[in-house]
Amino acid sequence: MHVRVLASREPRKEGRGREGELTPDEPLLEVRDVSLRFGGVRALSNVSFAVRKGEVFSIIGPNGAGKTSMLNCISGRYRPSEGDILYKGASLMRRSINDRARLGIGRTFQNLALFGHMSVLDNILVGRHHMMKNNVVTGMAYWVGGARREELKERRRVEEIIDFLEIAHVRGEPAGTLSYGLRKRVELARAMAIEPDLILLDEPMAGMNLEEKEDMARYIIALSEEFGMTTMMIEHDMGVVMDLSDRVIVLDFGRRIAGGTPAEVLADEHVKKAYLGEEDEVLDALAAAEMEGA
Amino acid sequence: MNIELFVQLLVNGVIVGMLYGVVAMCFVLIYKSTQVVNFAQGEFVVLGAWVCLSMVINMGLPFWAAFIFTLVFMMAFGVLVQVVLLRPLVGEPIISIIMATIGLSIFMQALMNWIWGNNAVRFPDVFASGSVSIGGLNVETAYLMSLVLSLIVMALFFWFFRFSRWGLAMRATAYNQQVAQSLGVSVGQVFAMAWAISAIVSGIAGVVIGLVSAVSNSLAIIGIKVFPAVIVGGLDSIVGAIVGGLTIGLLENMAEFADGQYLHWGNMYQVAPFYVLIVILMIRPYGLFGTPDIERV
Repeated sequence: MHVRVLASREPRKEGRGREGELTPDEPLLEVRDVSLRFGGVRALSNVSFAVRKGEVFSIIGPNGAGKTSMLNCISGRYRPSEGDILYKGASLMRRSINDRARLGIGRTFQNLALFGHMSVLDNILVGRHHMMKNNVVTGMAYWVGGARREELKERRRVEEIIDFLEIAHVRGEPAGTLSYGLRKRVELARAMAIEPDLILLDEPMAGMNLEEKEDMARYIIALSEEFGMTTMMIEHDMGVVMDLSDRVIVLDFGRRIAGGTPAEVLADEHVKKAYLGEEDEVLDALAAAEMEGA
Repeated sequence: MNIELFVQLLVNGVIVGMLYGVVAMCFVLIYKSTQVVNFAQGEFVVLGAWVCLSMVINMGLPFWAAFIFTLVFMMAFGVLVQVVLLRPLVGEPIISIIMATIGLSIFMQALMNWIWGNNAVRFPDVFASGSVSIGGLNVETAYLMSLVLSLIVMALFFWFFRFSRWGLAMRATAYNQQVAQSLGVSVGQVFAMAWAISAIVSGIAGVVIGLVSAVSNSLAIIGIKVFPAVIVGGLDSIVGAIVGGLTIGLLENMAEFADGQYLHWGNMYQVAPFYVLIVILMIRPYGLFGTPDIERV
């Protein structure tokens, strides 16, 4: 089921992100030997990878392979039982979820998590909250402290994102009433509003029709090429993943079984077997270990 | 029909109802943003009244200075309660947190009994004249102030939630904490702010009630009275809290009128709001203005 919806991309020479403290060789995000256990269940076992600045990096794998768990470890919702996660060279492990957002890690959610009763515009403005300088006290002196001027400036930034994602016509609507594809776009807009350096997309294409997928693919490419963000994506649609990604890793039973460029991953024996269900002694051993662990 | 008494009770109903509305807003604010049902709401109100009163009587401050001091004190108190009592309970079952607020209410009752005693104390006269005449109707100045302050507080509340960035962060947090955090909102700060605002506004309500009647620990009953108001309006609706408060205030006074003039059942004043509470819960369990969950399948 390979839906070829997109023009394939040239592998990128170098990320065009905003200036950072990173040297060109240093990864933006580095995951080192991360394991995650829930009681006796091992959701992740010694997973390691590095995401380079400006690339589109994808995690694929069968259902329950630990993809979303991995994303949650990076965004801070889960704390890995072992291992370390480095972002811009510094450990994230002791950072709270909102700290990580402030550091520039944005995300969308697998099951849409918009503020349903709030307007599209308000949804996106929440993402600007931490960008605004006014604190609680000066905010109370709204009219004198410049908080009002700041908010107007913020609105202009938000309008740019709205224009880019082509959701201007629904900006005043309550987010909960929109169609599925539009809600996915609003969620992306909200994640973009925090001006992340690294944006984590959990199944951005799930449940979309072909046309919606094409649009979303265009936006994802623009995230890095126009906005200088680094994208890390979980996606089931192999066509999308292979067309969009610079590099891919494959998880199965919480372990990394392959990684590399899309072409390398597609050619990998383990991957073929994980997806096509052929016999494979490595995977069988993993499955057996999983059964014992559980 | 005794028209004069009717009008008198009607005016009473509106003024008391507005105060219920203000206290109900405090209650809703905390529930909405932190999912905590604050059973110590009434005690917050009384604490504000006592603090202002002792600043005026014991410290000899002018009323306005005492009032401002009270607001600052209540803000600090609200943050203290959140940080010391409730922050360690984050993630605990909701029933444990409710128990903690009941404990807080008992503790505050005892503390206030100990410090200020068990008697009602009147504010010294803080207004130049006891009453003003509006269109031939004599209105007590304290009542007028109560009405004006209630309206100001309500307008500020509305503006805050609708248009300020912190109000937006609070609404987002109320809706989904995880997501709000992932957008850089510090839930700890939002919670502390909710308690601070709620405590400040409770303090305002306490001072106003103290001016209208007198200050005593039994005023904490207002914390129970706002329950029907909040349920009528919907637990998570600020507008609902105001409408609910007005409804209950009017209802009480109209019940008093009907009872005193015709029915002679006694005590309708106390009971009527709770009858309405039950009826509303049967018809619209999420209240008149509460949000039923939008569910998409």
